[in-house]
Amino acid sequence: MEETLKSLANNFKEKEGNIISLLQETQDAFGYIPEEAVYWFSKELDIPASNFFGVATFYAQFYLKPRGKNIITACCGTACHVKGSDRIINNLKRELNLADEQNTTEDKKFTLEQVACVGACSIAPVVIINKRVYGKMSTDKMARELKVLKEGSDE
Amino acid sequence: MNKNITIQVCMGTGGIAAGGLEVLDAFESLMKEKNIPAEFKKECSMHKVGCRGLCARDVLVDVIADNRRTIYQYIKPEMVERIVDEHVVGGNPVSEWQVDEDYHKFHEKQVKVVLSDCGNIDPEDINAYMAVDGYKAVEKVFTSMTPEEVIDMMKKSGLRGRGGAGFPTGVKWEACRKAEASQKYIICNADEGDPGAFMDRAVIEGNPHAVIEGMVIGAYAIGASKGYVYIRAEYPLAVERLKKAIKDAKERGFLGKNIFGKGFDFDIKIKLGAGAFVCGEETALIASIEGQRGMPRAKPPFPVHRGLWGKPTVINNVETLANIPYIIKKGHEWFSSYGTEKSKGTKVFALTGKVKNTGLIEVPMGITLREIIYDIGGGIEGGKALKAVQTGGPSGGCITPDMLDINVDYESLAKVGSIVGSGGMIALDEDDCMVNVAKYFLQFTQSESCGKCVPCRIGTKRLLEIMDRITKGSGRQGDIELLEKLSSDIKAASLCGLGQTAPNPVLSTIKYFREEYEAHLQGKCPAKACREMLTYHIIEEFCKGCGACLRACPAGAITGEKKKPHKIAPEICIKCGACFDVCKFKAVGKE
Amino acid sequence: MKKLKVTIDGKTIEVPENTTVLDAARMLDIQIPTLCHHPKLTPFGGCRLCIVEIKGIPRPVTSCTTPVSDGMEVTTSSPQIEDLRKTVLELILSDHPNDCMVCEKAGDCTLQELAYFYGIRENRFGGERRVYAKRDGNPFIERDMEKCILCGRCVKVCDEVQGVGAIDFTYRGFKSKICPPYEKDLNCEFCGQCVAVCPTGALTGKQWSLRGRQKDIKEIDTTCPYCGTGCNITLHVRRNEVVRITSREDTWNEGWLCVKGRFGYKFINSPDRLKKPLIRIKDRSNSLNDIFREASWDEALDYIATRLNEIKSKHGADAIGGLSSARCTNEENYLFQKLMRAAVGTNNVDHCARL
Repeated sequence: MEETLKSLANNFKEKEGNIISLLQETQDAFGYIPEEAVYWFSKELDIPASNFFGVATFYAQFYLKPRGKNIITACCGTACHVKGSDRIINNLKRELNLADEQNTTEDKKFTLEQVACVGACSIAPVVIINKRVYGKMSTDKMARELKVLKEGSDE
Repeated sequence: MNKNITIQVCMGTGGIAAGGLEVLDAFESLMKEKNIPAEFKKECSMHKVGCRGLCARDVLVDVIADNRRTIYQYIKPEMVERIVDEHVVGGNPVSEWQVDEDYHKFHEKQVKVVLSDCGNIDPEDINAYMAVDGYKAVEKVFTSMTPEEVIDMMKKSGLRGRGGAGFPTGVKWEACRKAEASQKYIICNADEGDPGAFMDRAVIEGNPHAVIEGMVIGAYAIGASKGYVYIRAEYPLAVERLKKAIKDAKERGFLGKNIFGKGFDFDIKIKLGAGAFVCGEETALIASIEGQRGMPRAKPPFPVHRGLWGKPTVINNVETLANIPYIIKKGHEWFSSYGTEKSKGTKVFALTGKVKNTGLIEVPMGITLREIIYDIGGGIEGGKALKAVQTGGPSGGCITPDMLDINVDYESLAKVGSIVGSGGMIALDEDDCMVNVAKYFLQFTQSESCGKCVPCRIGTKRLLEIMDRITKGSGRQGDIELLEKLSSDIKAASLCGLGQTAPNPVLSTIKYFREEYEAHLQGKCPAKACREMLTYHIIEEFCKGCGACLRACPAGAITGEKKKPHKIAPEICIKCGACFDVCKFKAVGKE
Repeated sequence: MKKLKVTIDGKTIEVPENTTVLDAARMLDIQIPTLCHHPKLTPFGGCRLCIVEIKGIPRPVTSCTTPVSDGMEVTTSSPQIEDLRKTVLELILSDHPNDCMVCEKAGDCTLQELAYFYGIRENRFGGERRVYAKRDGNPFIERDMEKCILCGRCVKVCDEVQGVGAIDFTYRGFKSKICPPYEKDLNCEFCGQCVAVCPTGALTGKQWSLRGRQKDIKEIDTTCPYCGTGCNITLHVRRNEVVRITSREDTWNEGWLCVKGRFGYKFINSPDRLKKPLIRIKDRSNSLNDIFREASWDEALDYIATRLNEIKSKHGADAIGGLSSARCTNEENYLFQKLMRAAVGTNNVDHCARL
């Protein structure tokens, strides 16, 4: 970990220092932003840890906890909303046993995220499963995809 | 066999989601497999193109044979073989897969400036852009125009910011040009965050070089040596194409040091947004590029005087910038020949919702809303009645069917309480509850409030709470008036555009659909969309006892024997609507 | 410097460039309510209470962030402005515990005072309130974040004045919260500058808790005894006991103190505090058994003079060294080195303030 952090910090020092970019790179490297990383950067770069935490909690894209193996992103844009994204999300939450504010399942196999708009409104409702965009989603289609993922992740 | 064949596969985010990559693969492997002669192959080019608007019909494939273009819709990989056999080799287009009349109608009333090259050129190939006179505008500007002349031309063209506020681009540039500083910046705002809007994504995916060219011209006009594109990370394809475009432009000398030997340096960096709608606001965007929390600050001072790192900065939207090369090349008279007196040129809209043809459209300013909805959009799906058109997304308002002949331009829309905004346009039909729609937008803005100022942080929360209780059937007398009062106070007292416009959907729906609010207060949702206010029951005479609803019910509220009418226990029912969705016999009723 | 003419509520004044409308109004002794503004910190513009109308600008603007321009005409109070201010206050109070009866800050709270002036009793906007179960376990600063109005003064003072950055805004929107990284307990210098600038009961001193209301307290201005810096402080005294220390903004130290000056006052009333000189009586076999006996000042000083002379004559002056204290004034320290050099005759003199 230390090696990775060092190279990220060097990168930061060379370019015009930008906390957001640093956090983005950190998340790319670890899948989330580990607390140790924040304190390490804070010491190394002499930037208060509070700044990192403030920025990381402001932007929706940053994760302070490890995410699931499968990432399902449901679009909640207007077009998706009027075409029933709510129901898809509610079903998913039920299927994955997720409480209201919970995003990742206990077994860390699934993370369900909601984004404002992925800009693919013509094929609403849209769900992104592990970076692949699925258009014209329905609860049925979603249930089928979820079954495939569940079987896949049991192996 | 045909000669000179070009196959174009639509490869925007929509196209890829519908299987565009697989379709292109299928074409390529078939050509190989069928051992189509080498000579032919040389003359048959295949390439990806950006979005051409009608994403609902993806995957769209164009086969151009001997200068005749045939457009296929809904193409899947397994259909490719027949197209190759019959059309490419045999010379006979597959007629039943071609686009229908609607497709042409969709394009007929549109005027394409910004999108003129989208969907025709390979966005990943700088040569393709240059083949359609790309970078000729930069050449013209650097070889024959002074910065002042460029600014003058922009002012004369009447181009106004396409990001929402509609501020004249030339005036903005002039203010920044006049500001004295050792360093200036130009920023392309590609933080398109309105739910239901995807113009900027499509433009960058389809023609990234036009945006870069616009930025170079802007930089020259204001005297900026550095530029940033602030783009959403949710648009990975757009980012990738933009990166490649910047690299290619640099190699050709359109970016970098000493452009056209004029001693002018300009370079562009990409900054990825991190998921905050408020960063579309200029001062928040600047804070975000500086690496800080995207909290807006009060204006004045304006960014053209004190912007990024305290230096004069121009921030232009993607669509605004993509217009610029075309204005330079074709002249301001050409540009201002489109549009109305105060709104010149064209505007790209993301037409979505309940119209038949959803997609990206570009229309001259001043076109009527009726033309957009009925001619381009093809009318409402399923023969239902249009209830309203929502424009401007979460900052906008709605327009009712009796106002359909309104001209779509900045002033006319503002007059009826809506806005052009960044270009989201959503058609709503009788199944949509206006209270619910307003609540949806408010939910969005409330969750995107940065939290800096009180009216937005707490005010939108309170607004949403009131809206929430109304849609759940527990609204109180006086709630509508309270909504109006609180909305107007939030608008007046909030710090930035987000808070100042967040109550618009509420005010606009109260203005035109007050009776729907009143119905909710009396416990009825006329559109039957607010699920907490409904009760589900099974209509015995239609129920076949198939058990589909019983299996679908997540709460176990449905009981019944096979082939006998089922029953819903209202005390267990969680009103999710799953039974309503799965019933094939319309035997589930909601009241 | 260029002077700009501005008219506020009919009164005209000339101000230097970059003066804000708020500052200009204060020069004219026109009151504009504020919560997030602090004269020593960069303007924030978040509370929206200081909004005013400016001729030619369609919407109200915050006077704390808007620089005066020449010929500007400002109205600081109108039915519409007062109405907006009232709404803003009601919104703040709708997300506030409103437990002034037991709040440490009552009587000295800007929010409470504004609610009083605007006569807010009922609230049209009741709703969800932020609830935080966790308490900060640090020894000095009570952080009741439910009372925080997110004015950001604490964040700015910590960053701009103290240069520490122990806290920052976190999360966003209604869930915004000012806290240390990862919402841990505060772990900083505990200078308490944040406590000094907090306009509500969100930040208070733990030591002050339940030590009396303002009406029972006598304020006495004095100088901090901790070091030669000599910050001006104000002792808050109740029944002859110091229960709190603050510093006024109009002092030369601008109201800023350090952890010792602000919180280190318990020694004053400590039973362990030395009030009379003690002379050590040595136990020759074991120094742990030494005892101290009280003496008068005359006796103690005589004893010191005699012993110093003895040592000097036996071992020379350089066998003696003197250590002074940072808690003495510059003058006292000057006299002490003079004593060592001139009277004792050695340069062996030093001081603990080489911190």
